[in-house]
Parts: sequence; C-alpha cells; structure tokens
Amino acid sequence: MDIQDIIKPENLVYQKSKIQVDVISHYCPGCSHGVVHKLISEVIDELGIQEKTIGVSPVGCAVFAYNLIDIDWQEAAHGRAPALATGIARTNPDKVVFTYQGDGDLASIGAAEIVHACNRGENIVVIFINNAIYGMTGGQMAPTTLLGMVTSTTPYGRNVELNGYPLKITDLIAQLPGVSYCTRQSVHTAATVRKCKNAIRKAFKNVMDKKGTSFVEVTSTCNSGWKLSPVESNNWMVENMFREYPQGDLKDVDKLIQQ
Amino acid sequence: MAKVRGAVVVDKEGCKGCGLCVEACPQQVLGLHRDVNSRGYHYSYMAQPEACIGCSNCGMVCPDTCITIYRVKL
Repeated sequence: MDIQDIIKPENLVYQKSKIQVDVISHYCPGCSHGVVHKLISEVIDELGIQEKTIGVSPVGCAVFAYNLIDIDWQEAAHGRAPALATGIARTNPDKVVFTYQGDGDLASIGAAEIVHACNRGENIVVIFINNAIYGMTGGQMAPTTLLGMVTSTTPYGRNVELNGYPLKITDLIAQLPGVSYCTRQSVHTAATVRKCKNAIRKAFKNVMDKKGTSFVEVTSTCNSGWKLSPVESNNWMVENMFREYPQGDLKDVDKLIQQ
Repeated sequence: MAKVRGAVVVDKEGCKGCGLCVEACPQQVLGLHRDVNSRGYHYSYMAQPEACIGCSNCGMVCPDTCITIYRVKL
C-alpha cells in the first residue's frame, strides 16, 4: 500500500489541537514546555471549555504562553500567578482558571503565594513545571536544584552547607487541606505523556466541580540549561531527578473519601 | 505481517530536530534528515515508511506538535 493511500482524512488518528495556535514556538528544541502546552490544549479542547478558560502565565520561559494557546490569558508578576488567579477565580466563579508556573517562579519567589493560595483552597489548577533550574535566565540554581547538580551559579555542584537542600514543594502542598488533588508527572515517554494528560484532565475537572486547588507537577527537562541533548536530558532526568522527585499521585481527595 | 499500516506527516518547517520522536518510535521508522529546513534544523522524516504502525507515540512526545499521524487497518 502506498503512503499516499494512508494519508487521507478518514485515517487520521492524531493531529495538532485546534486550541494551539499555528505558530512555531519560541522554546528550545526538545523543551518539555511544548509537550505540556499541547496536553493543556488537548484537555481544554476535549472538555469544551475554550471560551471559559483563563490562564495565568508566569515569568520565565512560559511568559509567552499567550502566543501559543488560544484562550484568555493574564500575565502575572514574578511568582504572583496564584494571587492573580485567586482574584480572577473569585470574581468569575463560572470560569476555569489555571496558572502555569516554573520552579523558579513557584518554588522560589512565589513560594508564599502558592502556599497560601493552596491553603485557602482556591478553586484553581496549578501546573508546575519543575526542571530544577532557572532556564530562561541562563541556568542558575533554583530551590529545586538537586544536591551536587552543576549550574551556572553552583559551578562545583549544589552544596548543602552553602545552598541548603532541594525544596520538595509538591510534598509540602500535598499536606495542605485546601488541595483536592496533588500529583507529580513527567512527559519523557509516550506512556508518561498519556498519564500526564489524564492528570491534567482530572485537575481541570476537579476545578469545574469546585473541589478546590488541583496541583500538577510535571518533572521536566531543560536541555539548554543542563547542557545536554534532548534525549540525554530525558535520560538524566530519569536517573537523577526521579530519585528526588518520585512520580505518582501524592493526594487525591476522591480516593480518600472512598477509603 | 503487520495488521495495521501507519503514516507520519512531519511539518518540515515546524520541526526543530530534537530527536525525541526518533527515540520514542518503537519501530525505528523515524530518522533525522541529512538536509535542513529554513531555520537550519535537521528535520524528522520517515526513514522506513513501510514499518510504521501508526501508534502515535512520536506525536505524543513531539514538543512542537508538528507530527500528524494516519493509520489504516489492512
């Protein structure tokens, strides 16, 4: 059978979501942001909530997310996305509000905002991209940087005495009573991408059902910041980051009620 | 003998040549082309088109969503 006989509209199984704007993104080749943007677009498309979704973008590489996903966006000051999302969600209770933040934005400068927004149980989705580094500004140490990890500000590796321990903010968030769903996913293989999509779909559904904050951490790569190729950085993430950031659900209120 | 045949269409200009789809393909169908696109990236293409089963793994992992997948049952 010729390839041209297979490439017909009736045989289509996978294509770019309509919600994603047809432009070439500004992300580096192999960046996990692109995959997560795609998953968010697909979930919004499947749930049919394009008209009532409002995203809050962070400061970081994802600051231009409004160019890539065709929904309403608001740009927050550094780390303040949960505070801004709180205001939007409270004044527009019929909207689905989500924040999209990196680890420098959420775990460092915005640690107070995220902890209190989650503790209040604001009805928002938080998508947290954890690549253990400040990717946009040139690969400096973030609170989530692993011990011994070489970054541009820790050229001899992260040292406990000087820099302290990696901050497992998702584990902290899971303890808070306002959080209904807290999970840690990754997007390095097709299977984990599908799992991550299910987690993001569940988070958006929880917010539509007014269950409180849903927190999805995506353990990601930053191949430019890590100075590795995209494939090598995926392998590095599996070998090193998964030990510090084990994958899976940390809290699910639906399952707690069933037990 | 494969019961399904697939085909992958890569948006040549959208591809950044990261190679994640090449790694994700269980049938070793995809490869990076020796030519480059207008932005200088070695774009992904079907190196062995007859082996494709249309599993859409490459589309799932593509960060730039430049892969469209078709599948037909034989």
